[in-house]
Amino acid sequence: MSAFVGKYADELIKNAKYIATPGKGILAADESTGTIGKRLSSINVENVEANRQALRELLFTAPGALAYLSGVILFEETLYQKTSDGKPFVDVLVENNVVPGIKVDKGTVDLAGTNGETTTQGFDSLGARCAEYYKAGARFAKWRAVLKIGVTEPSELSIQQNAQGLARYAIICQENGLVPIVEPEILTDGSHDIKKCAAATETVLAAVYKALNDQHVLLEGTLLKPNMVTPGSDSPKVAAEVIAEYTVTALRRTVPPAVPGIVFLSGGQSEEEATVNLDAMNKLEVLKPWTLSFSFGRALQASTLKTWGGKKENVEKAQAGFLARCKANSDASLGTYGGGSAGGVASESLYVKGYKY
Amino acid sequence: MSCYKGKYADELIANATYIGTPGKGILAADESTGTIGKRLSSINVENVESNRRALRELLFCTPGCLQYLSGVILFEETLYQSTAAGKPFVEVMKEAGVLPGIKVDKGTVELAGTDGETTTQGLDGLAARCAKYYEAGARFAKWRAVLKIGPNEPSQLAINENANGLARYAIICQENGLVPIVEPEILVDGDHDINKCADVTERVLAACYKALNDHKVLLEGTLLKPNMVTPGSDSAKVAPEVIAEYTVRALQRTMPPAVPAVVFLSGGQSEEQATVNLNAMNKLKAKKPWSLSFSFGRALQQSTLKAWGGKDENIKKAQEAFLARCKANSEATLGTYQGGAAFEGAAESLHVKDYKY
Repeated sequence: MSAFVGKYADELIKNAKYIATPGKGILAADESTGTIGKRLSSINVENVEANRQALRELLFTAPGALAYLSGVILFEETLYQKTSDGKPFVDVLVENNVVPGIKVDKGTVDLAGTNGETTTQGFDSLGARCAEYYKAGARFAKWRAVLKIGVTEPSELSIQQNAQGLARYAIICQENGLVPIVEPEILTDGSHDIKKCAAATETVLAAVYKALNDQHVLLEGTLLKPNMVTPGSDSPKVAAEVIAEYTVTALRRTVPPAVPGIVFLSGGQSEEEATVNLDAMNKLEVLKPWTLSFSFGRALQASTLKTWGGKKENVEKAQAGFLARCKANSDASLGTYGGGSAGGVASESLYVKGYKY
Repeated sequence: MSCYKGKYADELIANATYIGTPGKGILAADESTGTIGKRLSSINVENVESNRRALRELLFCTPGCLQYLSGVILFEETLYQSTAAGKPFVEVMKEAGVLPGIKVDKGTVELAGTDGETTTQGLDGLAARCAKYYEAGARFAKWRAVLKIGPNEPSQLAINENANGLARYAIICQENGLVPIVEPEILVDGDHDINKCADVTERVLAACYKALNDHKVLLEGTLLKPNMVTPGSDSAKVAPEVIAEYTVRALQRTMPPAVPAVVFLSGGQSEEQATVNLNAMNKLKAKKPWSLSFSFGRALQQSTLKAWGGKDENIKKAQEAFLARCKANSEATLGTYQGGAAFEGAAESLHVKDYKY
């Protein structure tokens, strides 16, 4: 057979298509315990379960915010957490037509003999884990592969390993009812120009789609979460329209139309940058047979986090800030963003060199 | 760099886009001397240069037909031939806004150790030949790779060899100003069902686009000439709507939107079948970010050839038959074909088992 058509095929197609609804996008709230610890410590909040729960409750119950989201990616702990009223987070999401998702990878490990390149682990019992997550209400999954640009990077080994890994993860998800978000992130670190990023992105995406085909993945039941095509972090910035052009060209050259939606990662971009770039892509007058939306973590939460500072009295204000960013990105996914939802923090770069989740 | 950006880049993109103009398609008149000999002998006409020239003049000078064509593929001999009045065929085409194309492959040879699978030759000195053809007025090229379906076919070797050959040919063409038509024909021979054909077509196309990416081919300056997805020749037929659905789906799963157009080969389909199937595809409501048109040989010339029979007094009638088929296929590219363009022989299957060009 060409593509895997198991018992979940129709559901996968329907869910992937829904997540790709124009005007909606994904909140990536799947920071692992270690990573969320860094966030919390940046606002002097202790990394304990109660605080992790409080932060996520702040986000998921922000009035009006969920209308702009089609999905939220969760870390395993969060999938089983509740509001302070005792309502499971999953129920809060589902009641508001937001599809719960789950991070299923177990981080990266170095590829020996390379210059700091990595592959992603998490295959052991992945099928069984996916089935458990499905039972708990998850309907999509995420797995982050990481590549970098350097003199000899990304290497053929890194490309092959990460592409094959993503494909294997994807088919296992589909066998267990979860729409796989395929995320081949090429880090912005470096002094390369935008053309170099474009070349690397096109090569990596071509390898990813070949691997997905090899492993019989049903493309109509997947989503892509790529980096935008930008100059390296140590290079001069370019206009949003330029980023839009290079990014959409790269996608047109590699992503088959069967894929219903593309949900960009924000990398180290500031909240405002990420929104403006996404908006520019949707304003671009060229044929795009997939929707272009967001799957932002830092670029949706940074100012919210700062405003909250861990204090109950700040929750309402923090939630208002979060709503504003959700709406801004919703507008951007429609190409109608007018600008101006940037506070001071919204323009702050969120770039961290050699970023480790 | 990500892909070819040489001196012909803009021209390649413009020409490839033009060939995909809705309402137009390609006449494949590139039968080699040996192959055209078989056609001529089927109507008891001697295979000499003057007859070969006379047939092509009949076609290219059919009043009103060139408006339905964006390109004509020629064999080398024909590229340098003229009308009886002394006007070069290439001029006739140019004046009518039709791009001359040239077949550049040198036929297939068997892959040892396989069960009759082949690869295509013609890479030796290809660059110089392309440059020469460009000087003579050619603006696109064609190279036919052949695969078959069987219990162990197509083998990974056949897929890799043919995909690599197509990619190598494609980049050499682009370096020399010719838009490469990429033709990975999967023969219809066999008793397999449409699902099997779909499976094979998707795998082959995925391999082709990976190879094209590896070889840095500028997709915006290429065209694809695939088989339609159908049951095998020894299997029960299915409705055009089914062929349309499976074919479009296979393309959605493998063909990046950067490719401007698909120009289907007709394989062994009758003139009418080929037109009706193309029409069904263009009626189909589905994501199709590339235009769907024709590059027909037998399916454009069959009844014309029969009507001509090699006799001057039949030219007018033969030209009427040819015009009717050109117009029919033009309508099919717009999804507006109503049927009824059939002349004698239009419904005749043109399938020849294990067809050798």
